[in-house]
Amino acid sequence: MSSIKLRAVLALSGLALACAAHAQQAAAPKKPAAPAKKAATESKSAISAEFEKFREVMEDASPAELFEAKGEELWKTRRGPKNASLEQCDLGLGPGVIKGAYVRLPRYFADADQVMDAERRIVHCMVTLQGFKAADLGKKPFSSGSGTPDPVSLVTYVAAQSRGMKIAVPQKHPREREAFNVGKEIFDYRAGAWDFSCASCHGEEGKRIRTQDLPNLSTKKGAIAAFQSWPGYRMTGGFMHTLQWRMNDCFRQQRFPEPGYASETIADLLTYMGVNANGHVYKGPGIKR
Amino acid sequence: MKIFQTSIFGAAALAIAFTAQAGDDRAKASAMMKRDFHAKGIAGMDRLNEDGLQALCNRSHNNPPKANAERLQQDQLEAIKYPADGKFLGDWKSGEKIAQGGRGMTWSDKAGQANGGSCYNCHEIGPNETSFGTIGNSLRRFGKTRGNSPQMQKYVFGKIYNAKAFNLCSNMPRFGHSGTLTEKQIKDLVALLLDPDSPVNK
Repeated sequence: MSSIKLRAVLALSGLALACAAHAQQAAAPKKPAAPAKKAATESKSAISAEFEKFREVMEDASPAELFEAKGEELWKTRRGPKNASLEQCDLGLGPGVIKGAYVRLPRYFADADQVMDAERRIVHCMVTLQGFKAADLGKKPFSSGSGTPDPVSLVTYVAAQSRGMKIAVPQKHPREREAFNVGKEIFDYRAGAWDFSCASCHGEEGKRIRTQDLPNLSTKKGAIAAFQSWPGYRMTGGFMHTLQWRMNDCFRQQRFPEPGYASETIADLLTYMGVNANGHVYKGPGIKR
Repeated sequence: MKIFQTSIFGAAALAIAFTAQAGDDRAKASAMMKRDFHAKGIAGMDRLNEDGLQALCNRSHNNPPKANAERLQQDQLEAIKYPADGKFLGDWKSGEKIAQGGRGMTWSDKAGQANGGSCYNCHEIGPNETSFGTIGNSLRRFGKTRGNSPQMQKYVFGKIYNAKAFNLCSNMPRFGHSGTLTEKQIKDLVALLLDPDSPVNK
């Protein structure tokens, strides 16, 4: 067992203990029949603060590392109908260069004539280099009780190789600038049964749904918070998720039909968000509430 | 003078160019989504088509010209189906449950099930629920501060049925208009806000 795997396993067992402790703490303030609303609200934010502390402690040995390790193995192993590894995959900095690639995505790729985010590009490499079928990869692309799809682990691995680097999503190519502009329009596009756009929830400062803070993704601060959060190991459910999942589940709650996995729509939205986050240091995959 | 004129023309041309560019990007965005999305469960592709109100709000950054807004708002107002029995106040206890419920209209919801209003997602309402959102205004003591006259009851019913009849580009969904909530459910929510016995007004 490699040291990284061992650390991840240790982290997971530590996490279970910490979760139990957290759950107890979370339950405790509920016992007194909170007559004053104010006191109860304070205990809610105390829970949030508690979780923040817990996350800080855990992020040094995050369960995300387990998926990082799995992703590394998948990257280097010969797989698929073409029995090839992904080591020749060009993530924008040349074939095989992973370091710093994630913080420079999405970007325009001439070989595909498309703007691609990290997951879209990795899927493209799995198809072109390894011979997997895009339709198969898109069938069950999100982590669930039945497992963690390979692209999720691969994105986690690739993202981790940009840890500590500045976000620098490029806007040099005209198609990259177009992706930003179209992404902004998709962000603001109100439609559907409830007249929602992305901006309905993520276009204003300091708003919440229930107790969940909503980053304003049209600002630098909010976009940074969102870029930083993914890929993330989500405590709710205990799954590793990427931005592809986040976009998908946002559209579900927006009461829209389902966006295609690794589609141009998602790449453009992520370009809009990524460019808004430019300049900030990316801390790598982490833990989500 | 000439420089002044030129700069005015320049500014006007620039403004037009910007508007045209935004319209172009919007058209691309709309076409792209129609290509990239697929129907799932109860969420059909028709949901990507803007209705008149959505189109106007989208094109004006939710700040439509007054005359257009008033006309569309009037259309929305006239389409509200008020209860035939003329009664607006239902059961506040049931209203509290509807306000808590967040189910409805997503691709993971089933057709024909009872939907919730997701009210607490955005509003502070009753004193016993501290997990509330802040996208909407606080509704604490709503009836206590505004009274519960028949006019107020009718207004609240209409506002929940179709918030856009009162503020065209409001963030709030049109719960009656969209078929999310039934007439009875809306009456129960009116009671939650206006019934003197409702904890909202304690």
